[in-house]
Amino acid sequence: MEANNLQFVPVPGAMPVRGTDVNAIEWLTACRQMRDDGARLVALWGSERQATLAVHAALAARDGLVILRLPLSKEQPDFPGIEEMFPAANRMQRAAFDLLGIQAQGSDDCRRWLRHAAWDAATFPLRAQFPERGHDVAARDTVDDYPFVRVEGDGVHEIPVGPVHAGTIEPGHFRFSVIGERVLRLEERLGYKHKGVEKCFTGMTLIDGARLAARVSGDSAAAYGWAYAMAVESACRIGVPRRAAWLRALLLERERIANHLGDLGFIGNDAGLSFGLAQFSMLKEDLLRTNAALFGHRYLMDVIVPGGTVCDIEHNGRERIFAEADHLEKTVSLLRKVYDEHAGLQDRLTACGVVSPALAARLGLSGLAGRASGQAFDLRVQLPCEPYDRLDVRLATCQAGDVAARVAVRFDEISESLRIIRLALESMPLGEITTSLDAPPESAFGIGWVEGWRGDVLVALETDMSGRIARCHPHDPSWQNWPVLEHAVMDNIVPDFPLINKSFNLSYAGHDL
Amino acid sequence: MLHILKRIALTGIKTEPPPLPDDELRVSAQRLKAEVLGYFGGAMTIRHVDPGSCNGCELEINALNNPYYNLEGLGIKFVASPRHADMLLVSGPVSRHMEVALRRTYDATPEPKLVVAIGDCGCTGGIFGENYACRGRVSNIIPVDVAVPGCPPTPLAIMQGILSAITAQKTG
Repeated sequence: MEANNLQFVPVPGAMPVRGTDVNAIEWLTACRQMRDDGARLVALWGSERQATLAVHAALAARDGLVILRLPLSKEQPDFPGIEEMFPAANRMQRAAFDLLGIQAQGSDDCRRWLRHAAWDAATFPLRAQFPERGHDVAARDTVDDYPFVRVEGDGVHEIPVGPVHAGTIEPGHFRFSVIGERVLRLEERLGYKHKGVEKCFTGMTLIDGARLAARVSGDSAAAYGWAYAMAVESACRIGVPRRAAWLRALLLERERIANHLGDLGFIGNDAGLSFGLAQFSMLKEDLLRTNAALFGHRYLMDVIVPGGTVCDIEHNGRERIFAEADHLEKTVSLLRKVYDEHAGLQDRLTACGVVSPALAARLGLSGLAGRASGQAFDLRVQLPCEPYDRLDVRLATCQAGDVAARVAVRFDEISESLRIIRLALESMPLGEITTSLDAPPESAFGIGWVEGWRGDVLVALETDMSGRIARCHPHDPSWQNWPVLEHAVMDNIVPDFPLINKSFNLSYAGHDL
Repeated sequence: MLHILKRIALTGIKTEPPPLPDDELRVSAQRLKAEVLGYFGGAMTIRHVDPGSCNGCELEINALNNPYYNLEGLGIKFVASPRHADMLLVSGPVSRHMEVALRRTYDATPEPKLVVAIGDCGCTGGIFGENYACRGRVSNIIPVDVAVPGCPPTPLAIMQGILSAITAQKTG
């Protein structure tokens, strides 16, 4: 019924994915129809293969991921913009122009996005003929002059913050327009961390790419590691041993718990309850030390690789994780009681930084922030791959959409991840944990799609004639959620911004690439 | 409130002993006089700058202030402005888009000052190296006293780097 009878070709792999080439009219109608059917935009990116530029969109339909590829003309590489259907597309379209020179038509906002002063407007880093060297001149002492939107009127003033922030956080610029302490408007300027990640991928072997994928956003190393491995396995048309899939889920859930613990501590701290930070940061540290002891890395980098995982779990490790899960469950439920009953804390968290379910749906808020605003989407629930298809994952949602809701979803997800970890340890099948990657396929395409702790992480991969990476696009759910943060802050007071920002805890590195 | 007090009493003191300084981590000869370093040893302030990391190093810097490492217990604390800082702790490779901000942060830090670069990227450029958007290691942009490798370096390694920078170099 979808998209005027387009002929889709299934993309093999762990997730249900299908794709097709479209023309400009089909591109628009397909997007419109799928939006009407409740699909959401997962990612939009550009590519250049054998001198053909193209724009790709990945849309999450009820029954799987749909990839549309629209080849563009060499003389005028324009495509119909889709931000009218999916507002989150705006920044992705602007980034696609900065990197590849493909222009979205019909957009009100065509300002540059990822490009500051490192390269000039007429050259495009992801094009084949982009020069390797000779970019030294522009960057030196050139300050990026970005046309922020001005708010004018009596008593309105601006507070520019960043890129270097006051705490230990990543760099980005926030431009607040305020009256007194009330925020009228927040405008974000990102791209400070852009360090050519996608260009680095090009030319790497499929094996080497895994190390880079784990470092797209360090706090999501397991999610990106798995998504990248899944994309490679999809392109290579191979499956992984069942035990490896279960181990990957165990690692992903440990990463989810670690990040949620850290965030719960910082949210408490930002609201003045340093007791929370001390307690939660100890729980997180315990978990990281277990990671280092059992899997060789505190943040699980390079543990998930194409073909499987690098280590298995022994009997002692199993016992340690069970004991840790018991301790965590007990302590976290005690701390939840403290948070819930603390009037001063609840006063800060409740009705702060609200994103209503209607706004969340309109803007495409994703991941845990989306679930806290009534967006009932979790890949582990709706489109479960092995082992989630056996685990019957419970969705954690809230309707309130405030900081308190994002706290509640984190607490709920910790409990659920602990249940998953216990179940995984009990029912994990025995056997191998890796399968060999045979000769990498020429000009193949693969997709990896994983529900990381922040939201769904996508990796789209194309190989070249020699089986190396021709194009790898990693997509972080922060792309969808950064623009919504601008709305969440409106009408709140400036001193609540750190708290609201922390309750989203979005990635700069994963976005800026 | 009772829950909180009970929990604090039950938790007790968790802080572990700090590591010893390591001269091997130095990348340049000691620039500050021993007496100056002596002053830093009692009360040090750090401004962290992330000029392009993957955010892995930030996780470990945050861990430095958990009760196990308790960096602040050694009289070393993080401050909100480079103008209040004695040391810059710089994580990650330097993206071209952060080059100006990093220079300005360095210039805003009053003399005498120290710079500790952390992570494989901070030491060498790491997996990102140098390209159209990335300038590589921190010492390509500002002078560095101590560099701490690791991907990311553990909190103990970062702590060791900080302590090495403020301890007078052994001579001979």
